[in-house]
Amino acid sequence: MSTYERSMALTGQPPKQMKTSQKLASLLGMSGLFILVLAAFNVEFPASGWWLSASLLAMSAGIIWYSYSTYAGKHKGIKNDGVWFKSISSQGFWGWMAGVALTGFYIVLYFYPEYLGLAEKGGNTGVIALFDPLSKLLSGNPASQWFVYGALYTVAILAFGIKFLWKYRHNRYEIIRTISVMFFQTAFAFLIPEFMARLNGDKLNLPYYDLKNIWPLNYYNFEAYRVKSFISSGDIGLALLIFGIASVFIISPILTFYFGKRWYCSWVCGCGGLAETAGDSFRQLSDKSVKAWNIERWVIHSVLVFVTLTTTAVVYSYLGHDTSKYWLTKSTFLYGVVGLLTLVFGWAMLFKRKQLAKDAQYGAIGYFVIIIALVGMHLYSEEGHIFLFKSGTLRKNYSFLIGSIFSGVIGTGFYPVLGNRVWCRFGCPMAAILGFQQRLFSRFRITTNGGQCISCGNCSTYCEMGIDVRAYAQKGENIVRSSCVGCGICSAVCPRGVLKLENGPLKGRIDSQQVLLGNDVDLMQLVNQK
Amino acid sequence: MEHIVIIGNGISGVTAARHIRKLFDKRITIISAETDYFFSRTALMYVYMGHMKFEHTQPYENHFWAKNRIELVRGFVNRVDTENKLLYLDGSRKVPYDKLVIATGSKPNKFGWPGQDLHGVQGLYSKQDLDLLEINAPNKKVCQRAVIVGGGLIGIELAEMLRSRDIPVTFLVRESSFWNGVLPEGESQMINEHITEHHIDLRLATNLKEIKADENGRVKSIIIEETGEELPCQFVGLTAGVSPNVDFLKDSGIELGRGVKVNRFLETNVKDVYAIGDCAEQHEAIGNRRPIEAVWYTGRMMGETLAQTLCGNRIEYKPGHWFNSAKFLDIEYQTYGWVFGARGRKENEAQFHWRHPQEKICLTVAYDKDSQAFLGINTFGIRMRHELFDRWLTEGREVKHVMTHLADANFDPEFFRTYEKDILHAFSEHTGESLTPKKKSLKRIFQSL
Repeated sequence: MSTYERSMALTGQPPKQMKTSQKLASLLGMSGLFILVLAAFNVEFPASGWWLSASLLAMSAGIIWYSYSTYAGKHKGIKNDGVWFKSISSQGFWGWMAGVALTGFYIVLYFYPEYLGLAEKGGNTGVIALFDPLSKLLSGNPASQWFVYGALYTVAILAFGIKFLWKYRHNRYEIIRTISVMFFQTAFAFLIPEFMARLNGDKLNLPYYDLKNIWPLNYYNFEAYRVKSFISSGDIGLALLIFGIASVFIISPILTFYFGKRWYCSWVCGCGGLAETAGDSFRQLSDKSVKAWNIERWVIHSVLVFVTLTTTAVVYSYLGHDTSKYWLTKSTFLYGVVGLLTLVFGWAMLFKRKQLAKDAQYGAIGYFVIIIALVGMHLYSEEGHIFLFKSGTLRKNYSFLIGSIFSGVIGTGFYPVLGNRVWCRFGCPMAAILGFQQRLFSRFRITTNGGQCISCGNCSTYCEMGIDVRAYAQKGENIVRSSCVGCGICSAVCPRGVLKLENGPLKGRIDSQQVLLGNDVDLMQLVNQK
Repeated sequence: MEHIVIIGNGISGVTAARHIRKLFDKRITIISAETDYFFSRTALMYVYMGHMKFEHTQPYENHFWAKNRIELVRGFVNRVDTENKLLYLDGSRKVPYDKLVIATGSKPNKFGWPGQDLHGVQGLYSKQDLDLLEINAPNKKVCQRAVIVGGGLIGIELAEMLRSRDIPVTFLVRESSFWNGVLPEGESQMINEHITEHHIDLRLATNLKEIKADENGRVKSIIIEETGEELPCQFVGLTAGVSPNVDFLKDSGIELGRGVKVNRFLETNVKDVYAIGDCAEQHEAIGNRRPIEAVWYTGRMMGETLAQTLCGNRIEYKPGHWFNSAKFLDIEYQTYGWVFGARGRKENEAQFHWRHPQEKICLTVAYDKDSQAFLGINTFGIRMRHELFDRWLTEGREVKHVMTHLADANFDPEFFRTYEKDILHAFSEHTGESLTPKKKSLKRIFQSL
């Protein structure tokens, strides 16, 4: 083995080698990025918007040209040649360099925005000043670090989205899905909130609201300042607040029942959108081991418990005691939360226990006891202290640990090292809720096509969520997993047409088998009956 | 404790071991000379193409084997002593057994071509072959032209592999059209076109005469039988089929034909010795199947079956309806039931062929001229639902039923364009009877679940 791997490393050859046009395209894209870097180091550019346009255009054009030169001349079909030979996509030197650069960017973005040129009271400098013209055009306000981030994020999803469309042009599911994430990012995450800000004035005081960003991913949606500004903005504000609540409790459960969590995670969500487009080159880096799966289940559900506690505490902290002032009081709210959690817990334990693994049952009991115990303590604690901690402290910690470090620095910064869905897989509390429902109460599954699997491993290798798809497929068993975001790539890369994402009846959805279709019918019946 | 020893850690042997472990607490040992752990042979091509690393081809994590108490021994079995129930491994190691399962798979065919053992000439079957390929054809500088001899599934895979590194490939196919011993004419023709559009120099009805060596004993060219043309090349891939890997059993007393002769219970002529997978040869062919079936699925099914017999529930090997699949460059192929190429076609078999006017998509449906019973389907570029075709074949449906219900059987990803209407329209013209397509029904599809 060592002999040929050495020889591989020494020779630059197709499919590893870059063509001249790919090199030039990379150069063009890098030149666009270079303008931003120069701006960050306070090289003065006239604030006319020309330099910003040049930079964004150069980056987009570079990416699109690169994609064109990579895919356009080839037959449509799977384009994974050389993925594991290229340094950038196989955790090689360039992969690590990209990881370090991205991580660095996120640290600056979240914790040192002043280095990007953010000024508290107007007069931005650096990169942020470079983005001022665009921000003023859209919302009328000067740019912030978040505007810069949002603009770059959108450009990345659009440009890499085009790359993805080219790469998977034989696959209509991928095409439509990708157009969907490109649309939701551009319209919902980027443009609409900016326009909403423009509408704000005397009567309207809407908070920045990406409508598709649902609690608990949007963990701050029900904080005092936001709820206040919703309520103070008349009917529109109230409608938005109700929409925010309905999207958690009504819209999302219905869509997840019919389509699985993919309707959100790989069709709508911005985090998912970036992962599917800019992160596509790194999907194969996710860890498929059982160990990683165990860590995933504990970490992601702990984050969900954390965000539930935090939000409960935050909402609790600004509610009053007096029912005559407002129907929702501290204790009504708490009893409501306890009631809802008890219902969900009771339903899962009573009706779905057979589908839960032992450790999942223990985990559920553990989490439930902790939440109930902590919530119960509110009777004995002072004002503002429920769950032993001040709600503000809880909120601050959540926002730092999960909102910034996990979702940003690790979640995206580590794309080239841990794969493109680290956040979605290990951290996102929204994914945890949707996954819980998808596993227990949804029509979605990936159907395994009888006995056709040859255990080749393409599906598992290219699963960004680290699901060992093959482990199910080779047993002739449907894939029904909490974490599956329904990106459809396992089905695309399967050389034998074994996997199909589909929505069907709940009955027979989970169909573990011992002997596969194609063998003796009597043997199948004998072995598969339980 | 009874000791079951399995020679070969491929899909057959490993499936048998897994199923025995589920049923009984016997001691299980798997011996392999090829690799430490089970891997998917069909996936080797993706390692060379850079789609996967070799580890990714291993379906089970390394801790799986100890956890399931399946002992793994790395070694080559030189001799089987059935009288004393002993295996002699390379060196002086001996392994005793109570029951022996031979699951040693295949080796590439060599038909005595002059020069077939030169450096730079190889087959593609084992992990060792893959390693050798990295030495023989690492890139287009070392290998400026490759010649592949033998137009079957491995041949076209090898061509695809080499093309992924931009190595020019000449593909010598004995038949007048690619794989037309198996595929009907229209399909075979479409694959010919697809091979050519991938810039593979396809030479049909062309045989290899001789491989010529340079002064270092490396291949330098080949001579074509029909024309006498000499093609300079640095690599020759021999992919003219495989045959059972059973040479080590020559003097064991176990009855051999081309493979290890077994009865329907997968038992050899020697008590407590069994054979499964590529290396097993049925005394009589089962249905339309061949006595030796070097197919992944067959190996797995034999493993599933033999595990029962070894655990006290002696049952016959009774494979269900034939199915298979492959991928020809970018075109996926699936088959359910029997569709024969011109060579094997029987008197009563009628065929309906449909091909998309632009895309590389086609299908062929075989049915009985007299009874109108559906016999089988080949699809290219359309995925079909195994479960449904299996059910239709069991129910003995008429071809009309299958053609009008094709939407149920479609297994392509969501939003893909469907062609059931076009296909049925063409079929109606073909038979002269106007048929209307049934809409896809989840109820029908999932009824058996």
